[in-house]
Amino acid sequence: MNKKSKVVRYNKWGYIFLLPFIVIYLVFQMVPLVTTIYNSFFENYRSGLSQIGPNFIGLENYVTIFTNGDLPTYFSNTMIMWIMGFVPQIILSLLLGAWFTDPSLRLKCQGFFKTVIYLPNLIMASAFAMLFFTLFSDSGPINSMLMQIGVFSEAYKFMSNVWSVRSLVATMNCLMWFGNTTILLMAGMMGIDPSLFEAAQVDGATATQIFYKITLPLLKPILIYVMITSLIGGLQMFDVPQILTNGTGDPMRSSMTLIMYLNKHLFSKNFGMAGALSVYLFVITGILSLIVYKFTTKEDK
Amino acid sequence: MKRRMVSLLAMATMTATMFAGCGNSSDNSGSAEQAAPATAEEIDAEAAAVELPEDTGKVLNIHCWNDEFQTRLKDHYPGYEEVDATHGKIGDVEVVWTMTPSTDNAYQNNLDDALLKQADVSDDEKVDLFLVEADYALKYVDEDVTIPLSELGITSDQLADQYTYTQSIVTDSTGRLKGSSWQACSAGLIYNREAAKEVLGTDDPDEVQALVSDWDKYNETAQKIADAGYTMCSAMDTYRTYSNNVSGPWVQDGKLVIDPNIEKWIDDSKTLVDAKVEDTDDLWSDDWGKGKNPEGKVFCYFGPAWFFNFCLNADDSASIASKGGWGYCVGPQSYFWGGTWICAATGTDNANLVKDIILTMTTDQKVLKDIAMKDQDCVNSKTVLAELAGSEDGNIALLGGQNPYKQLAEGAEKIDLSNLSKYDQGCTEELEKAMKNYFLGNATKDEAIAAFKKAVSEKYPDISVD
Repeated sequence: MNKKSKVVRYNKWGYIFLLPFIVIYLVFQMVPLVTTIYNSFFENYRSGLSQIGPNFIGLENYVTIFTNGDLPTYFSNTMIMWIMGFVPQIILSLLLGAWFTDPSLRLKCQGFFKTVIYLPNLIMASAFAMLFFTLFSDSGPINSMLMQIGVFSEAYKFMSNVWSVRSLVATMNCLMWFGNTTILLMAGMMGIDPSLFEAAQVDGATATQIFYKITLPLLKPILIYVMITSLIGGLQMFDVPQILTNGTGDPMRSSMTLIMYLNKHLFSKNFGMAGALSVYLFVITGILSLIVYKFTTKEDK
Repeated sequence: MKRRMVSLLAMATMTATMFAGCGNSSDNSGSAEQAAPATAEEIDAEAAAVELPEDTGKVLNIHCWNDEFQTRLKDHYPGYEEVDATHGKIGDVEVVWTMTPSTDNAYQNNLDDALLKQADVSDDEKVDLFLVEADYALKYVDEDVTIPLSELGITSDQLADQYTYTQSIVTDSTGRLKGSSWQACSAGLIYNREAAKEVLGTDDPDEVQALVSDWDKYNETAQKIADAGYTMCSAMDTYRTYSNNVSGPWVQDGKLVIDPNIEKWIDDSKTLVDAKVEDTDDLWSDDWGKGKNPEGKVFCYFGPAWFFNFCLNADDSASIASKGGWGYCVGPQSYFWGGTWICAATGTDNANLVKDIILTMTTDQKVLKDIAMKDQDCVNSKTVLAELAGSEDGNIALLGGQNPYKQLAEGAEKIDLSNLSKYDQGCTEELEKAMKNYFLGNATKDEAIAAFKKAVSEKYPDISVD
């Protein structure tokens, strides 16, 4: 009898310790999520100082966004820039991770290099974008250098060419996040039982074989985690292209991401449209995450 | 049957009460009457009759976007004492400054929220005075958030020395003036004297003016300048010269209208950019600013008097300005750029003080002359500008000793601003952004205009763009 009541008391503490999370989750996640969906059914914006709405208009906001054809464009812009940044990022991270964790290489100053590759992530994205904006401006240092060594005869307008802007965004994202990914992958690699590597070496496997046959398969859970977090982060790409293109997404909005488009609606505090767009984003993110998850876990079954 | 009669009766009574209600409200609503258009004499008569209630506020809240007005007040308003960067004192009234940068609309967002809450907050938290810029002045002027100057007891006689355009910007749809400015920002063409001598053979303001006096001559001269290896200016520089001389406002009957003069800007600029005569640098960007030094090889900027001091880097010994290397002429068309207007916020509990600040800072000729001398502002007083134009006091070192006040005053007289709308700021920003794509060859004109319309409809969902 006495024993049983003790168990109950412990359970109570479990709930109490969970409470801060639940409260914060409800206040900062659940409530905004529900109100966003609720807001998306209303016409609700400000024109100058006069407030229009909120008037219930059903699914009209969704129809507007769906029919004006912007969503697919900005979605593909976002995905293109994410893939352009993510592919080199994951390759770089795998390579660095493998090198850092390979005991046979005996790399010196590991701590130093790990810190250095993580550093770009500590800079604010907006400051980083501002830096690139200045570096690659028409009369910036990169252009002067290229002109001096004779690559271009006149300044190359990096900011008015579709692929140069996208590449700059991708490069920045890659530079900012490869350190973070490397550290995650390294943690995964160090979690692999070293006896497996030793056994493989004894059996005469090459470094490449070890990497593909042992490291990669055993790294899968971490890889899936990295993929999904990066995908969600990629879909939410905002600060870098926003600052780099001064909010325009130019040339001709070819570098405008979904969140930059969302931000456009906040000028007039258009909560209805912004809400509907957010719900679309929520659905897209959900579907993509599911696909990635299914795709990468299928073989286990 | 009886039941139906009763309900009919009830309906009749209800309708009657409804009408009675209407009758009452139109009888006793002074505010509805005020909204009707009034003549200048009527407004003046109202103003003369105004007796302001005693000031009860202990705190004067001022909203602004930079420290310009604060500096002016500190330097020129008698009795203003600075306490710290955001606090001051006038007599025993505490002055509280709320400074929000204009970037990304932050100033307006913050001000809007404050003004919309005005009725609910305590007296000491109410906004008493705020500043606006021309591009969005109507947004506040056309609403009840600003007090007409006549209700503060300011008559048109007291404002007679101001330039008309500075008043038309802040006049609401019923003809009431709701703000006042100490600046008259008529703007013109600020040219590089060295380049003018080299290419045009003269740097005399009158002779240069003759070469750029209309758009045909301007384009011709610009071509000459470009042939000599200079860039004329950025297409964005000339935008306001065109947009100030349009035949109708941006939005008419809820519909976006692209004026023929805006089309002219688009076409002229495209030709000049294609011919590499003008570039497309965004205003305020580093690329745009390179012409402030001789190596930048830029022939001219378009700007008003504040541009001299604020933008030409006279403190930098490598700049053209430090050697007095700029000249000023009116340019192809008169226009204005910028300027700050002072508005009194509805709900202020310091009406007398607000009235005195407006009168002192924008109509007191001694103060205005001081401002012109100390800060090289082009002040909003015909008398003071005429005085400056006729004396050595008006000579400006960075213009090589030229006295630009005659041109500035002439320009200010010619500005016509009847075609302003509250959407100007958004339309200007989005047009410049969209057209840059066309100028640089990333889009056709139609595509760029479509992009512009889309951007406008995102910013102002209530405007129809097709």
